Amino acid sequence: MKQKHTAKVLSQREIAPDIFDMWIETPLAAQARPGQFVGVYPEDKSTLLPRPISICEADADRGALRMVYRIAGAGTREFSGYGEGHEISLLGNLGNGFPLEEGAGKRVFLMGGGIGVPPILELAKRLEAHKSIIVGYRDAHLFLKEDLEKYGAVYVATEDGSAGTKGNVMDAIAANGLEADAIFACGPMPMLRAIKAYAAQRGIPAYISLEEHMACGVGACLGCVVKTREIDHHSHVHNARICTDGPVFEARDVEI
Amino acid sequence: MNTQVTIAGVTLKNPVMTASGTFGSGMEYSEFVDLNRLGAVVTKGVANAPWPGNPTPRVAEVYGGMLNAIGLQNPGIDVFLERDIPFLKQYDTKIIVNVCGRTVEDYVDVVERLSQEKAVSMLEINVSCPNVKEGAIAFGQKADALFDITKEIKRHANQPVIMKLSPNVTDIAEMAKAAEAAGADALSLINTITGMKIDIHTRRFALANKTGGMSGPAIKPVAVRMVYQAAHAVGIPVIGMGGIANAEDAVEFLLAGATAVSIGAMNFVNPYTCQEVVEGIERYMEQYHVEDVKDLIGAVA
Repeated sequence: MKQKHTAKVLSQREIAPDIFDMWIETPLAAQARPGQFVGVYPEDKSTLLPRPISICEADADRGALRMVYRIAGAGTREFSGYGEGHEISLLGNLGNGFPLEEGAGKRVFLMGGGIGVPPILELAKRLEAHKSIIVGYRDAHLFLKEDLEKYGAVYVATEDGSAGTKGNVMDAIAANGLEADAIFACGPMPMLRAIKAYAAQRGIPAYISLEEHMACGVGACLGCVVKTREIDHHSHVHNARICTDGPVFEARDVEI
Repeated sequence: MNTQVTIAGVTLKNPVMTASGTFGSGMEYSEFVDLNRLGAVVTKGVANAPWPGNPTPRVAEVYGGMLNAIGLQNPGIDVFLERDIPFLKQYDTKIIVNVCGRTVEDYVDVVERLSQEKAVSMLEINVSCPNVKEGAIAFGQKADALFDITKEIKRHANQPVIMKLSPNVTDIAEMAKAAEAAGADALSLINTITGMKIDIHTRRFALANKTGGMSGPAIKPVAVRMVYQAAHAVGIPVIGMGGIANAEDAVEFLLAGATAVSIGAMNFVNPYTCQEVVEGIERYMEQYHVEDVKDLIGAVA
């Protein structure tokens, strides 16, 4: 059941330049699945639409969600200023999440690039599998790396070569001689395209989390569509809705 | 207290409806809003065949509003009749189907397919979408073209016809009169205002379609003005919309001359908006001792 809630900020800190780590207290935590997201509403009425932010961690016992996000504009800049106790309005839980059953017991790559790293954390925590966690960053600000290390072997790539393999996550796979039976990934479009090609070549499934500008977040406005191989069930025109049919898709099923 | 209003012989339990394209066919928002509380649900535009819509990005935020260039993606009349009408029929609300097309024949095709659907109370004809290359707004920016398509649709329609007007015209009163003269039973306005946004960092258009329709609270004063002008130019009922965020905004449109109002982009901002507007109008009526909501229509001094 999707709901609009008022949540309370438990803590917030900057963990890398322009990357913020916020824990909020909300009943949405109980049902949250890895790969889902919430829509966060700015207070400034000139910025109306909810900002889709991925769920980084869900602590059902504490009733708390963790969001790690990058300042991308006016809305996220406003959020970054919220301190402990601040009330925050959000819509959740949105989207389908990663299909854990498709990775259970297998050798899996959990891949995150940049601000696509955060949803990989809750996934790494919940997925029972032989996990190689491969994360790519711009530079040596390796946010969430220590959290990820609790759940599997972590391999790092950086664009500037200041940590791990110089290059991207695909370079880190090659440099470390890694193999997998399934891939779960979130990151920028060039990374997802490379993963789609890699998975197709090896005949393994890749579950990739997409992003797109969206308005409603609940499947009504048809703003955030992706081209699909098969006819979609909503509009019957090869356009799936990222907010509700996704954000996670099997790479074979989408044209990116 | 009476909150009922009547449009072309169809009585709505209250003057609050959804704006086409912002509410799907009600399914998505039924998790948030009790559709039984609404005067009517106005569906997303339906064509005679599935339309894929425009490339992404399709939406962009602007100051106090948003731009969209969805391009009328819809599953076509077959799926609509099979899936969406049965869903909406479960609720005690009126169903108004928004009809779109590229040619007059396309529109007539859909209108005829709907003519035997008793559950459909009214048709809203979209001659004002700014985001498709053919049809739509091409019929809504010239008075003679609007007259002709209205007349043709009226010849085939079984239900009352609402013509949805574009604000992207020089003289809204002239357009309103043309639709009325051709036999339209009601008017709805405004559709979105054509706009554009450019990302100065990437030097690219924010929307793949370059232009999009602007909606949201920032357009409300333009909409109130046009509703006032249209309502005073014609004798048929006018349904007002454009940036309505709460009951106060809705009352403003009623006072300007609207018989009913639609909630559009604000559904995205607050999924409970429609129901809050229904309840807020009742509170306003109590506060100002208004016995009948019809007493508010056009009551600006």
